[in-house]
Amino acid sequence: MSGFPTLLYKELLRFWKVSFQTVAAPILTALLYLLIFSHVLADHVQVYEGVRYTAFLVPGLVMMSVLQNAFANTSSSLIQSKISGSVIFMLVPPLSYLEFFAAYVLAAVVRGLVVGLGVLICTLGLVDLQFQSPLWIFAFALAGSALLGSLGLIAAVWADKYEQIAAFQNFIIMPLTFLSGVFYSIHSLPPFWQQLSHLNPFFYMIDGFRYGFFGVSDINPAVSLGIVGASLAGLIWLALVMLRSGYKLRG
Amino acid sequence: MTAAIEVRQIGKRYGSLQALAGIDLTVERGEFFGLLGPNGAGKTTLISVLAGLTRADAGSASVMGHDVTADYRAARRALGVVPQELVFDPFFSVRETLSIQSGYFGLRKNDAWIDEVMHHLDLTDKADANMRALSGGMKRRVLVAQALVHKPPVIVLDEPTAGVDVELRQGLWQFIRRLNNDGHTIVLTTHYLEEAEALCGRIAMLRSGRVVALDSTRNLLNRFQHHVHLRVRISGNPLPVELAALVHHADDRGHVLKLKSFDDVEPRLTALRAAGCRIEEMEVAQPDLEEVFVEIMQRESAAEKSAAV
Repeated sequence: MSGFPTLLYKELLRFWKVSFQTVAAPILTALLYLLIFSHVLADHVQVYEGVRYTAFLVPGLVMMSVLQNAFANTSSSLIQSKISGSVIFMLVPPLSYLEFFAAYVLAAVVRGLVVGLGVLICTLGLVDLQFQSPLWIFAFALAGSALLGSLGLIAAVWADKYEQIAAFQNFIIMPLTFLSGVFYSIHSLPPFWQQLSHLNPFFYMIDGFRYGFFGVSDINPAVSLGIVGASLAGLIWLALVMLRSGYKLRG
Repeated sequence: MTAAIEVRQIGKRYGSLQALAGIDLTVERGEFFGLLGPNGAGKTTLISVLAGLTRADAGSASVMGHDVTADYRAARRALGVVPQELVFDPFFSVRETLSIQSGYFGLRKNDAWIDEVMHHLDLTDKADANMRALSGGMKRRVLVAQALVHKPPVIVLDEPTAGVDVELRQGLWQFIRRLNNDGHTIVLTTHYLEEAEALCGRIAMLRSGRVVALDSTRNLLNRFQHHVHLRVRISGNPLPVELAALVHHADDRGHVLKLKSFDDVEPRLTALRAAGCRIEEMEVAQPDLEEVFVEIMQRESAAEKSAAV
């Protein structure tokens, strides 16, 4: 029998044991964003016809939570194991690099979806939300969390200290999420910034995800999903190349 | 029958440091084998190559006939490694740690064996304690248990008794000896040479990534037991000149004289008495593994220096 189910179980158990920090805390953060931004902007911003700003904001916040938590799960779990040395327990058993990758990223997807669902459920009472095409919602949540989970794994394999993971989070993940249209439609930006936003893969994840709710988006969701899928494929390839070579894990 | 461990011309370089410089080694099934050497000799690197934690630049290695890279799944199933560092996963209890480790090897209904291992290592009381709450000695026992969850035929222990109290050390050796008696092959690195002398049937000594001595413990000791150490603490007159020439070393427990054989002891004692020395304490001993080790390492060090000139 393969060791894969156990590695997946261990990764799920790890974040579930500290769920106050890994699930409840990010849900609270998202709700605070909702409270403050909707209070300040609800009467000033109208993005799509017939959609209140608060409703517009919710899918953005849900997706942001999904992405950030998927990244946090793989990156913090692996860097912790690397620095404490307990990564050795996963390196001596007969686990292949594919099994290793799949278990880590799948656990990240689960954590991303659990947190995202938590945010969504908590906001249901506050906002009148539509669910035009749930399949798009699910497809983008899945692809987005897998993408960030893979990115977190790559970052943790590469990094030698916590500081580098924090830098990754603060200088790459945060700016890309905040500038992706979580809080606004890029149509409200000047043309130059609109063009620049098109280079941000996070923009397509948020935009496509939001399409699933309202049936409107800045970009055709099929195109967005194609771009997200291609980015995901690229990151999976990079992660697998790193793991197969033993880069920084098997000296 | 294939050997438990077979290492052929293994080489490993870290930047400018040649950690392993062409090691050849065979450990037969059922052996209790010692891997000795000063810090930085390459012991841990060699173990890492066997466990797949490090990839060798040259040569090949196999465990129970399975190549550690080409057939890594079978090789890793056959090997249990107790790492030198006291590492643990702070999220889990002792039982969780062991059943997770067992699951990594594809063994998901392994509770009976896990209970048995915990029992022998005196961990049963701590089964539900979090790893963080354990003392250093207890964590060390969990590391040993983790290496055994999949009942590997070959067990490698990298300095398992470093920083461990006497009671645990003896309990640990008793358990390891039992595993050896049950047919497990044991490979051990340690800095406590009296442990290696008492336990290991065969010993390899490493220095600078090379094997500098490889023989049975008995032969290694015999090789240097062509002399006898006579330790005397005297009072009254000082050591006579003809005996002072034989002094191997002196410390607060007196002088150690290097004699050719046991037959030589009596005439020397007579000479002491004739010179008016009173013997306060006396001990006759043959060199132990520690002396053999020091002599081999000094010889190698001298050889390296002369080669460098």
